[in-house]
Amino acid sequence: MRRFLRPGHDPVRERLKRDLFQFNKTVEHGFPHQPSALGYSPFLRLMAIGTRSGAIKLYGAPGVEFMGLHEENNTVMQIHFIPDQCQLVTLLDDNSLHLWSLRQHGGASELREEHRFTLKGPPGSPPSATQVTALLPHSSREVLYLGTESGSIFVVELPSFRVLEDRTISPEAVLQRVPEDNCSRRSCELVEVLQEHPKNPDQILIGYSRGLIVLWDLQNNKATHHFLGSQQLENLYWQRDGSKFISCHYDGSYTQWPVSSDNRQPEPLENTVPYGPFPCKAISKIYWQTTKNGLPYIIFQGGMPRASYGDRHSISVIHGSQQTAFDFTSRVIDFFIIFSSDPAAEFDDPSALVVLAEEELVVIDLRSAGWPAVHPPYLASLHCSAITCSHHVSNIPLKLWERIISAGSKQNIHYSTMPWPIDGGTNIAPDPPQRDLLLTGHEDGTVRFWDASGVCLHLLYKLSTVRVFLTDADPNDNMNTLGEDEWPPLRKVGTFDPYSDDPRLGIQKIYLCKYSGYLAVAGTAGQVLVMELNDEDAEHVVDHAEADLLQDQEGYRWKGHEKLKTRDGPVRFEAGFQPFVLVQCQPPAVVTSLALHSEWKLVAFGTSHGFGLFDHQQKRLVFVKCTLHPSDQLALEGPLSRVKSLKKSLRQSFRRIRRSRVSSRKRRGGAGNASEVQEANAKFDQDALQEMELAPVQRKIEARSAEDSFTGFVRTLYFADTFLRDSSRHCPSLWAGTNGGTVYAFCLRVPPAERRMDEPVRAEQAKEIQLMHRAPVVGILVLDGRSTPLPEPLEVAHDLSKSPDMQGSHQLLVVSEEQFKVFTLPKVSSKLKLKLTALEGCRVRKVTVANFGSCKTDDYSENDLAVLTNLGDIQIISLPFLKLQIRFPCIRKEDVSGIASCVFTKYGQGFYLISPSEFERFSLSTKWLVEPRCIVDMPEVTSNNHVHNKSGTENAARKSSPDDCGEDERKSGRLMEHALLNDEKVLKEIQSTLEGGR
Amino acid sequence: EFRRFSLERSKPGKFEEFYGLLQHVHKIPNVDVLVGYTDVHGDLLPINNDDNYHKAVSTANPLLRIFIQRKEDADYSAFGTDTMTRKKNVLSNVLRPDNHKKKPHIVISMPQDFRPVSSIIDVDILPETHRRVRLYKYGTDKPLGFYIRDGSSVRVTPHGLEKVPGIFISRLVPGGLAQSTGLLAVNDEVLEVNGIEVSGKSLDQVTDMMIANSRNLIITVRPANQRNNVVRNSRTSGSSGQSTESSLPSSTANTLGNVLQGEEESDEEDIIIEDSGEPQHIPKAAPTSESTESLSQIELLHESTQNGFLPSTEMNSNHSAGSISMECEAPEPGRKSLEEDGTIITL
Repeated sequence: MRRFLRPGHDPVRERLKRDLFQFNKTVEHGFPHQPSALGYSPFLRLMAIGTRSGAIKLYGAPGVEFMGLHEENNTVMQIHFIPDQCQLVTLLDDNSLHLWSLRQHGGASELREEHRFTLKGPPGSPPSATQVTALLPHSSREVLYLGTESGSIFVVELPSFRVLEDRTISPEAVLQRVPEDNCSRRSCELVEVLQEHPKNPDQILIGYSRGLIVLWDLQNNKATHHFLGSQQLENLYWQRDGSKFISCHYDGSYTQWPVSSDNRQPEPLENTVPYGPFPCKAISKIYWQTTKNGLPYIIFQGGMPRASYGDRHSISVIHGSQQTAFDFTSRVIDFFIIFSSDPAAEFDDPSALVVLAEEELVVIDLRSAGWPAVHPPYLASLHCSAITCSHHVSNIPLKLWERIISAGSKQNIHYSTMPWPIDGGTNIAPDPPQRDLLLTGHEDGTVRFWDASGVCLHLLYKLSTVRVFLTDADPNDNMNTLGEDEWPPLRKVGTFDPYSDDPRLGIQKIYLCKYSGYLAVAGTAGQVLVMELNDEDAEHVVDHAEADLLQDQEGYRWKGHEKLKTRDGPVRFEAGFQPFVLVQCQPPAVVTSLALHSEWKLVAFGTSHGFGLFDHQQKRLVFVKCTLHPSDQLALEGPLSRVKSLKKSLRQSFRRIRRSRVSSRKRRGGAGNASEVQEANAKFDQDALQEMELAPVQRKIEARSAEDSFTGFVRTLYFADTFLRDSSRHCPSLWAGTNGGTVYAFCLRVPPAERRMDEPVRAEQAKEIQLMHRAPVVGILVLDGRSTPLPEPLEVAHDLSKSPDMQGSHQLLVVSEEQFKVFTLPKVSSKLKLKLTALEGCRVRKVTVANFGSCKTDDYSENDLAVLTNLGDIQIISLPFLKLQIRFPCIRKEDVSGIASCVFTKYGQGFYLISPSEFERFSLSTKWLVEPRCIVDMPEVTSNNHVHNKSGTENAARKSSPDDCGEDERKSGRLMEHALLNDEKVLKEIQSTLEGGR
Repeated sequence: EFRRFSLERSKPGKFEEFYGLLQHVHKIPNVDVLVGYTDVHGDLLPINNDDNYHKAVSTANPLLRIFIQRKEDADYSAFGTDTMTRKKNVLSNVLRPDNHKKKPHIVISMPQDFRPVSSIIDVDILPETHRRVRLYKYGTDKPLGFYIRDGSSVRVTPHGLEKVPGIFISRLVPGGLAQSTGLLAVNDEVLEVNGIEVSGKSLDQVTDMMIANSRNLIITVRPANQRNNVVRNSRTSGSSGQSTESSLPSSTANTLGNVLQGEEESDEEDIIIEDSGEPQHIPKAAPTSESTESLSQIELLHESTQNGFLPSTEMNSNHSAGSISMECEAPEPGRKSLEEDGTIITL
């Protein structure tokens, strides 16, 4: 009969499914991968970032973000906002121009591509004739000036992209006015930069690559001034009043030039090599900012002494006698200065320096003494150390949330208190329904706590586990401490630091109990730390225990890394999560599973050798169980046994390098003995090809056996209060599932609270289940009498969940990579199963119970399994009947790291890494959807270009008097964001707790 | 190589003498061999004692075909009653391809002694160009022993010939189950795995499906060598033998899938060991069928050593492990080898 009961035949259920499930990729959190261009509109107060994959992202006030993708997926080379418009133009590396605009649609703004255009030269002209190198959107908003490699400047009408041929500025026209003894035709090759006169829109400054600079009168179509630079030109910048401009050069110098009506060929006012006298790198961009007190800010990128600091990525700020070279850990893509946007203002009065580096965004407050960095509310560099694991906790109680924020605020004292300067647009998304935390574990042994409630993934608190251990790197060895008279005055900024001192510190598993504030983290060298939240910093000794998972297994030798050395004596911990127990597994293999029961005060951990249970109240190891198969050598020897594959991959990468060398040589064309090399390389290629042909891609078909490697690898651990031995008495139990398809169940005896310290916790093995298909067990779950998954520890105690039904019979759900199986309890017998791999050829990668609410009625919700397969599909499977509800393609199946990084939330959302630095957020639920929704209003523009931007003037007012808007106001502003509360009373409460904490 | 010699039908003598004679005739005096014969139904049956030797001689009509295999590389599982279908094919491929419908009636040895290793199934519903092979991985230590690869095959479609991607067998491991059955060969195209079409699935997906079904793997292939195909009698081939290229009608495939699943349910049971801490109850709780099985096993062992015909070794270990586990407490390390399928041991 069963074969006729196919899913999808019940119309009621089908309707309900539509109300429950819906797939959306909602927002990308983190820092864009491989950024390539930066743009800023002082008018909209929006920033745009372009990437090498052709994406452009716009950011304004927190929560205001837009994303667009160029169809071509080509690198975005330049981004320019059209002055006083909600429009921007992008230039891609295929020389195409794209006009994007922000339009309001359905109550929210949307970023849309309007037009695209590629400049075409006359027939037969070389491609360089139309290769765009410089772009100037004119303040008239009607035309775009395009400087090209050939030296011609084309004029294009907006928004139609019609070329106005009669207005083209050709090199010949320019040279007519320039004395011939100084310039030749070659002087006008390649337009490096175009700048409009700040006061007179009819004049533009044209900078050619070879150093010639021309002031061009658009009205009369002639050059009014020319400036003869001797050095190769990199960039130009006008002073605010238009009386002077500054040019920067390839040799690391910058030059000031006067612009006056009486001298048509002025000499430079001042020529400086800031980091001379030795040869310096190019200064690629420069700003000259005037201030009220007369001392200008000169801000430039590069210019470092070539020999000793040529490898630094720096931006220098000079203001009077103050000079700092901000030193970035990754390449600087571009930067801009936020200054007074009011055209009537007399001075620039710069407020912030915004730098887009390859791996992070750094904003420097130029108004506060010492130029501190500003903590960005978005664009966080998730990968400042590589992410090794993540853990999501939904619906954080307010108390814990406040305590984490307060711990984090103590860490952020070095940051500027300046409000976020890029604040265009209005966030109109509803407040997130609950407080969610995303915890990421990193390679350097840190855990970062992110506010994942809304659109902006914001760092709340950073926890480091390094302090517990003795590592090679001395934490006091601070690279930043440079002496007073150090030259150049480098200062390291930013958080991106991809180098890990010791890979053993890497965090592999995280478990946070949101009710008790207990946190367990486990790492690469078998270390398990249990921590407690403490609002004060403290100095104490971490209790240390060792768990020998091999027990009496003899004759094995661990060839992997050593365990971490611990620090003796008390250790000082800052406020926040402070470790009080350290368990180190022996052998120190990576911890593969972790579970914490905060009510029973127990922590369970597993590695490839076995698992153990530790009582963190009594600080006593309860038991260990070795799961190792005697024939499993691989698990015993540790990661070193993978040398073979490492060798192979090394060989392959060398091969790739060699091959690419060959092709690059070919491109350059053979010269001298290159042909010989080519021949040798060709032969090598051929050999490699043959090798590949000899071994076609094939897959071995073999049944899994007990002897396979890593069968003992503990994949999952689970605590449950259920009926393990008989149906009349339930008791605490610990369940463990291995890679070889074995499930172990241990019956625990936890003494009652009043005798918790006096009697030991006892454990006895009660069951062992060997799944016949031997697939790795990835999830274990107990369903209560109502077929509802058992609540989390302390959930019932906090009145946040119904107490589980202990009357009806419980069921055990075992999820392996291949099947879902429901067993009865206490006598384990198979009740129901769903085969996945045998029927579809896909395997389970991640599985979680998620609660889905209906978007139609508030009172209906159900629990289902959210499953991610190795093909990148997400399936929703009903509980307890294991019926497939719906399937969504989510991640490309080739994106192995994306699939591996996926985490589900308890309410049907999820995150996965789309690049090392970006999480994609998705939602399976119709009810819980966090996506950006914002409006960018076009500020009113009067005829004389005067901006009446309400928020802008407000901001300007705030900035002009930074002292009188007090600490509290700013704090409350930030708290609004963090605590996501609209209740004033609660807000005050938080504020008072915070103040008390301070 | 073939030898032809005569025997006196009325006085066949003892098996040992006959065995000596065979060794002499073939000039292999010191080589251990397995002797088998084909009975009237075309089944390969063993000759390893006086009884079956006499039976063989008495049924000869008039010729007795005897097969001699070297013991080291003999396929033990080729013999016996449970392997009817498979044998049929071994022999039908070699000897008389038109004889597969007949069923033998004679039980030669203890049925427990043998297990099916492979079979051709659903001959009546599949097109002649296809072959559905069932490999019984359980009950043997032999690896499945084959590899698959991506490839392309040419199909007849309404739009003419079309090249479509397909999955092919790329390699057979010598001594593996796949090779020893002789039913699968390199370059055979895999069409279905346990009733599910593989078209549109990636190599990795098909690999996972096969491994997930490895205990009872049913692969439908289009053999690269189409000369050994089963030829049906005229009536059958007249009705369904015409459907050549495309695979089964989907309804058949679905039914098959369900049937297969149903069959499998009973095959695939997990082992559950409940440590109730009262091991003294265990012997009582042991089901009777288990004890009989282990008894028969002992008997069998005895007999087989006597006969000089050894049943497959893996069965030995399985059964002995089973009997051990019933006597000792569960947390013994011996439990590891207790992962015998088809048995729930409730202690």
